Amino acid sequence: MQEVSQASLARLYQRFRALDKNKKGYLCRVDLQQIGALAVNPLGDRIIDSFFPEGSHIVDFPGFARVLAHFRPVEEEDTRVRDAKEPEPLNSRMNKLRFAFQLYDLDRDGKISWDEMLQVLRLMVGVQVTEEQLESITDRTVQEADEDGDGAVSFLEFVKSLEKMNIEQKMSIRILK
Amino acid sequence: MEGAELAGKILCIWLALVLVLILLPSVFGVSLGISELYMKLLVKTLEWATLRIQKGVPEESSLKSSASVGIIQRDESPMEKGLSGLRERDFELSDVFYFSKKGLEAIVEDEVTQRFSSEELVSWNLLTRTNVNFQYISLRLTLLWVLGVMVRYCILLPLRVTLAFIGINVLVLGTMVVGQLPYSRQYRPQKGGICVANHTSPIDVLILAVDGRYAMVGQVHGGLMGIIQRAMLKAYPHVWFERSEMRDRHLVTKRLKEHVADKKKLPILIFPEGTCINNTSVMMFKKGSFEIGGTIYPVAIKYNPQFGDAFWNSSKYSMVSYLLRMMTSWAIVCDVWYMPPMTREEGEDAVQFANRVKSAIAVQGGLTELPWDGGLKRAKVKDTFKEEQQKNYSKMIVGNGCLNSHLD
Repeated sequence: MQEVSQASLARLYQRFRALDKNKKGYLCRVDLQQIGALAVNPLGDRIIDSFFPEGSHIVDFPGFARVLAHFRPVEEEDTRVRDAKEPEPLNSRMNKLRFAFQLYDLDRDGKISWDEMLQVLRLMVGVQVTEEQLESITDRTVQEADEDGDGAVSFLEFVKSLEKMNIEQKMSIRILK
Repeated sequence: MEGAELAGKILCIWLALVLVLILLPSVFGVSLGISELYMKLLVKTLEWATLRIQKGVPEESSLKSSASVGIIQRDESPMEKGLSGLRERDFELSDVFYFSKKGLEAIVEDEVTQRFSSEELVSWNLLTRTNVNFQYISLRLTLLWVLGVMVRYCILLPLRVTLAFIGINVLVLGTMVVGQLPYSRQYRPQKGGICVANHTSPIDVLILAVDGRYAMVGQVHGGLMGIIQRAMLKAYPHVWFERSEMRDRHLVTKRLKEHVADKKKLPILIFPEGTCINNTSVMMFKKGSFEIGGTIYPVAIKYNPQFGDAFWNSSKYSMVSYLLRMMTSWAIVCDVWYMPPMTREEGEDAVQFANRVKSAIAVQGGLTELPWDGGLKRAKVKDTFKEEQQKNYSKMIVGNGCLNSHLD
């Protein structure tokens, strides 16, 4: 995380400590589930899952900050031509898209299957929509995005279907310095 | 043994001073003006300190002023706008961005969690405990702080401990409570009524008790608080109950109804939030108190954080360490507003009535109003709130039953 200011990082660390109620030094799922505004978010559980990499049930501060780094707004200097050897910053367009992709890709196999799409849709609408309606929405969405006809949406197909979208603005949180 | 004699003499003089200057006047309701003088001096000192800090710190530390504003730039547009919405548009893959952004924003900062920790001050009041972002400024300020420590720990603390020791037998805690009692004293709660107020600490009870007698209702505690509660029971049948016991809750409602029906009984004092909040906002009022019937007398209590932080963070501090913090603050200063009585209107259910009273108290005290349950301090939020969001979203993509179906 190159250009995050000291002050912002300090703020995030304070927040991490505030969420870590029992002062364990790391966060577990329950700590995040206690945030009211997150618990009522239809995708709350998916977002919480994104903090915990494969198999792990705890997240330390670097891990916490890494996820939040995806949402750092894209500044002017980030868009200059970069050395091929430098790693891509976490808040690049591609990485923001990767973050969104893994909200859908439940089993992390690199593809959004028809079932996964249906499950995520179900999370967002709860019991308000019938199974048939939801299935037809899923059909339509997968068909529109799927180019190679394998019945699933790969990451590249996902990126292509969103190429016109202003990701930088929709997935950015600006921390007031 | 000279040392012991000297100590004994000092103790006698000390006790005599306390008796003459503080206890006797207060028993007879006379004020010697010492508190007022102290407060004037304190305010002048803090003003000087603030100026010094502002002069000493360069412009870029406007970090402090943002403490009350929030740390992220919020986009409060409703769901429709956030989803690049016209109404009744179809689901798109990008919809997930809106929810994920809102979710991450909540993780970085949410309205509720911050209410259960002490309010951050805009400018330092020379107490180490409120020193969050302030660094060393100047020698004079440090000296002043040292002087402050000496005054608070060597003069104020022994003074208050003495008073507490004397007073705890008559249930008076010795903090210097300078209450600016309000213009609207005509609205003080009457017999047979129910007094509701926003809750910040057990001191709220003391402040109200200074000006009237109440029957208390509250959660049973252990430790020092428990001792005080049991002692109070000997004087009057207050209602202490265990919130998690269903049986207890029914009993309480029954007792409260009987109590209210008897016009000769003392007014009941209830804090409908159910827990201590940090005095910047008012959270959901539990409907239980508003179902009993009777007249509600709302009271708003607002502490001035500049002189001392009155919030009791019970998950962080025990009663005893809380009292210690109170006694080593500069002073506890608060405003109390007695408001006109309210009753439940026709066609209004208990929840709506509770919200109406809550709004009135929030407006009067200058606090923000939050719909969240104070119980979130300890427990998770209920699923019904998530359904609200899901409903809104479903309406957008499905549109009340009509669906853009693409069948091939």
